[in-house]
Amino acid sequence: MMSRLLPLLAFIALAVLLFVGVRMNSGKDTSAIPSPLIGKQAPALNLPELNMPQQSIGLQDLKGRAFVLNIWGSWCVSCRIEHPIITEMAKSGVIVVGYNYKDSAEDARAWLNQFGNPYALIIQDEDGKAALDWGIYGAPETFVIDAQGIVRFKHVGPITSEIVQNKILPLLKDAP
Amino acid sequence: MKNLWIVAILIFANLFAPASIALEPTKYQSNDEEQRFKSLANELRCVMCQNQSIADSNAPIAHDLRVEVLSLMREGKTDAEIKNYLVERYSEFVLYQPPVNKKNAVLWAGPFLLLLIGLFVVANIIRKKSSAPTTVDKNEEW
Repeated sequence: MMSRLLPLLAFIALAVLLFVGVRMNSGKDTSAIPSPLIGKQAPALNLPELNMPQQSIGLQDLKGRAFVLNIWGSWCVSCRIEHPIITEMAKSGVIVVGYNYKDSAEDARAWLNQFGNPYALIIQDEDGKAALDWGIYGAPETFVIDAQGIVRFKHVGPITSEIVQNKILPLLKDAP
Repeated sequence: MKNLWIVAILIFANLFAPASIALEPTKYQSNDEEQRFKSLANELRCVMCQNQSIADSNAPIAHDLRVEVLSLMREGKTDAEIKNYLVERYSEFVLYQPPVNKKNAVLWAGPFLLLLIGLFVVANIIRKKSSAPTTVDKNEEW
């Protein structure tokens, strides 16, 4: 009797395993790859500021303050979706640094004029070469860097109010 | 009309073109360099369109990564150093053949373990069958 049931039991065990596997991944964005930078010192930034091109912006300019780094581009459609949320976050007192990715300064300014500029500073990376050091592979992407200059969080894709409330704000509270 | 035919033939020919279409004609310094670059680009996974290598993908980031890989090669970096450079930035995700570690050991060993279990079960069944006395059923009709 037992040996008859064995294949059925094996089948049920396999079905449970596969079901659990599917459940574990449901609702997760499987296209977002985890950042190996989390918990590590943020890579250097030596890029011009959008509105002050002669001035180079580095991490040392932000040292001692926790901030959010938001990668965006005027060509990026999803950036428009998250833009109101970024704006709201900036208004609530969070320092949001913009990272203008693969974009011309002219287009970037036109976009900000149209939708509003929530950024405390905007780093201009026209060719996207410096972005490789950050593991950036598209826009929008959002990082949280703490006051010690350590990367605490990364989100790929448009951010939502839930992410701001549940992930970003608590991190900034921990390390003001 | 003649032009249309040419277009049709070109499209048809493209169907049989090798997979690495995204590799734009780059000036290689040598044949060796070209070979090395192509094999390396085929082993690295594009972070954007994840079922393509950076050699196959037309995504802008794949282009940037190809440029980076070639320039690292020209700086004299070894294949392992280049892979490490990308892993540090984009995680082990970029490797089509990730190294064995604690986290993925089950995936590497799993199939062989299952094969061993299967062999064991089959061996057991064979042993049982061959040791069982062969009884001829008198009522057997076939």
